[in-house]
Amino acid sequence: MATHSNPDPRPVSSPDELETPVLTLSQLAWRRFRRHKMAVTGAITLLLLVLYCIGGAFVFTEEFANYNDLSIKLQPPSSEHPFGTDTIGRDILARTVYGGQISLLIGLTAMIVEIMVGVVIGALTGYFGGWLDSLLMRMTEAVLIVPQIFLLLVMAKFFGGAVSNINIFGREFSGSVVVIILIIGLTAWPYTARIVRAQFLSLKENEFILAARATGTSTWGIIFRHILPNSIAPIVVAATLGIANAITLEAYISFLGLGVRPPTATWGNMLEGAYNYIDQGIYWLWLFPGLLILLIVLSINFVGDGLRDALDPRSRAI
Amino acid sequence: MSRYIVRRLLQAIPLLFLISLLLFVMLQNMGDPLATMGGRTMTRSEDRARLTRQLGLDKPITVQYLYWLAGNDWAKIDLDGDGVAETSGIRKGVLRGDFGYSLVNRQPAMEVIMERLPNTILLMLSAEVVIVFGSLLIGIYAALRQYSFTDNLVTTLSFIGYSMPIFFVALGLMYIFAVNFKAWGLPYLPTVGMFDPRVGKTLWQVAWHMILPIITIAITSFAANSRYVRSTMLEALGQDYIRTAKAKGIPRRSIVFIHALKNASLPIITVVGLDLPFLLGGAVVTERIFAWPGMGRLFLDHVSRADTPVVMGILMLIAFAVITFQIITDVLYAWLDPRIRYN
Repeated sequence: MATHSNPDPRPVSSPDELETPVLTLSQLAWRRFRRHKMAVTGAITLLLLVLYCIGGAFVFTEEFANYNDLSIKLQPPSSEHPFGTDTIGRDILARTVYGGQISLLIGLTAMIVEIMVGVVIGALTGYFGGWLDSLLMRMTEAVLIVPQIFLLLVMAKFFGGAVSNINIFGREFSGSVVVIILIIGLTAWPYTARIVRAQFLSLKENEFILAARATGTSTWGIIFRHILPNSIAPIVVAATLGIANAITLEAYISFLGLGVRPPTATWGNMLEGAYNYIDQGIYWLWLFPGLLILLIVLSINFVGDGLRDALDPRSRAI
Repeated sequence: MSRYIVRRLLQAIPLLFLISLLLFVMLQNMGDPLATMGGRTMTRSEDRARLTRQLGLDKPITVQYLYWLAGNDWAKIDLDGDGVAETSGIRKGVLRGDFGYSLVNRQPAMEVIMERLPNTILLMLSAEVVIVFGSLLIGIYAALRQYSFTDNLVTTLSFIGYSMPIFFVALGLMYIFAVNFKAWGLPYLPTVGMFDPRVGKTLWQVAWHMILPIITIAITSFAANSRYVRSTMLEALGQDYIRTAKAKGIPRRSIVFIHALKNASLPIITVVGLDLPFLLGGAVVTERIFAWPGMGRLFLDHVSRADTPVVMGILMLIAFAVITFQIITDVLYAWLDPRIRYN
C-alpha cells in the first residue's frame, strides 16, 4: 500500500511512534488480518473450496451427480471417475461438488439463524436484566447442559419427515436440509447469546450510553445503533466459527443417518455407512468427503482465529 | 463454603426440571413407539388401542409428564377402555427413582442404561487419562520451546486435530491399523466390539479392543487441551517466583514440574472437570463406529425406536452428571486456590 512507502531512511524504533493515518475499523482489521499468515492461507483455501463447489457445477450436472448405475458400484478411483464410485454407483467427484454446495448452504444459513437468535436473546438479557435475564439465562443454561449432539439427534427425529421437498433456485432440495439448518441454529445460539450478553453488560455502563439516553434516544436506538455496532467484533468471530461448527454438526448427524436424506448429497451423508465397507479396503467412500470437511473446517477456523486477532480493539499492532 | 454448595444444589433443581420438561415435550414427537412393537407382523388396531392405554400414551402430554415425574400409583387409570378408571397405577416416577419401563424390551429403563453405562465409563475414563497425560506432555514441551519449530508444528497439528471430525479420525485409523496392517501381515487392531466372542471377555481382549476408540477420542481432544496447557504454562513460567527459583539454583526439572506446573494445573483441572461429563455424551459417534456396547449406541438405538423412558433416562443422567461436575469443579477450584472466595 502507498502509506507504507516511507521516504525517511531512519529506522523506525517502535510501531507506536509511527505516524499512522486515520483508519476505519475495517481498514485496520484488514491490515492486521493480512499479517496473519495462517489466516490468509485459510482464506485462500476457503475461496478455492467455494470455487470448487460452484465451478464444479458447470462441469457436472446435478442429474449426473445423482445418477446411479449399479453395474459400476464401488469402483476405485480411475480416470473416468477420479474419486471412484459409491455403493450404488454414483460418481463421488460430482457428488462432492453438489454436496459441498449443500454443506456450505447449511453452514451459512444455520450460522445466520444461530446469530439472529443469539444476538436477540443476548441483547435483551444484557440490556434489560431483571426477570427476563433470569428466565432466558436459565433457558440458555438448560440448552448448554445437554450435549449438543444429543439435542440434535432428538430434534432431528422431532422435525424429521415433517417437511416436504422444497424448490429453491429451480433446484429440488430434500426438506431435511431445512430441518438440519433449523435444528443446528436452534441449538447453537447459547454460545452467541452469552458473548453478546457479556458485551451488553459492560457497554451499557459507558458514558456514551448515558449521553444517548440523556438526549432522548429510544431504547431500540440505543440497543441497535449504539451498543450492537460496538460489539460487532466478537459477533463476527463467533459467526465465522459458527459456520465451521455447523458444517461439522451436519456431518455428524448425517453420518449417524438422521441428517439430510439422499439423493441430496452433503459431505456428511456421503460418509454414512462408509465404515461398513472399510474391511474391504474401500477408502474412497470416506477419504474425499472427509478431507473436504477437514479442509473447510480448518480454513474457517484459521480465518476465525485471524479475525479474532485483527478485530481485537486492545491489539496495538497495525 | 457449605452454604455455597447448598445454594448451587438448590439452583440445580429448577434447571433439571426445566431440562426434563423441554426434552419430554420434544420426545413426544419422536415417532410411534408402537410401530415396531409387533415385530414383522402388523399390530391389530384393537391391540394398538389397548397398548396405547396400558402405556399411558393416550393421556395428554401434561399428564404423561406428571406420571413420568411423580408416578401414577396415586391415580386410577383406565386399562380396559370402558371409560371407568379403576386400576391404580404402579409407576413410582423419576422423583422416587423409577424411570419407567423401556418400550422396546419391557425392562426397567434404569436397568437397561446401567447395563451399558460401565462400558461407556470405562472407555471415557481411559480416554481421559490418555488425554490429560498427553496434553500435559505436549503442552509443557511446546511451552518450554515457545516459537520453536516444534512449537509451531504442534500448533499447526493441534489446529488440524481440532478441525477433524471424529468419524474421519476413526475411519482413517481403522483403515491404517486394522485394514492395511492386516493386509501387510502385521499384527492388526480390532475395529468392532469390546471383545472377540471366540476368546471371551478377558481383560486383555477389552484393552486390545479399546486402543483404537481411545486414540480416536484422544486425537480430537489433544488439540484444544494441549493449547490450553501451553498457555497456562507460559503464564506460570513468566512469573517472578520462577525467576527467584532459577536464581536460587533449583534444577530446571523441578522448576518446571513442581513450581510452574502446580500453579498451571488449576485451570487445567477446570477444563478436565467440565469436559468429563461431555465425554460421556461425546461417545455417540465413536461408539457407533467401533460398535462399542456403551450408552451412546444405546441412545441411538432407542431414539430410532422412540423409546421415551430410556432416552429420557440417558439424557437426564447426562444432564445430572454435567451439573454435578460443574459444582465439583467449582468447589475443587476454590479448595485448591485459596484466593478464590465464593460469596
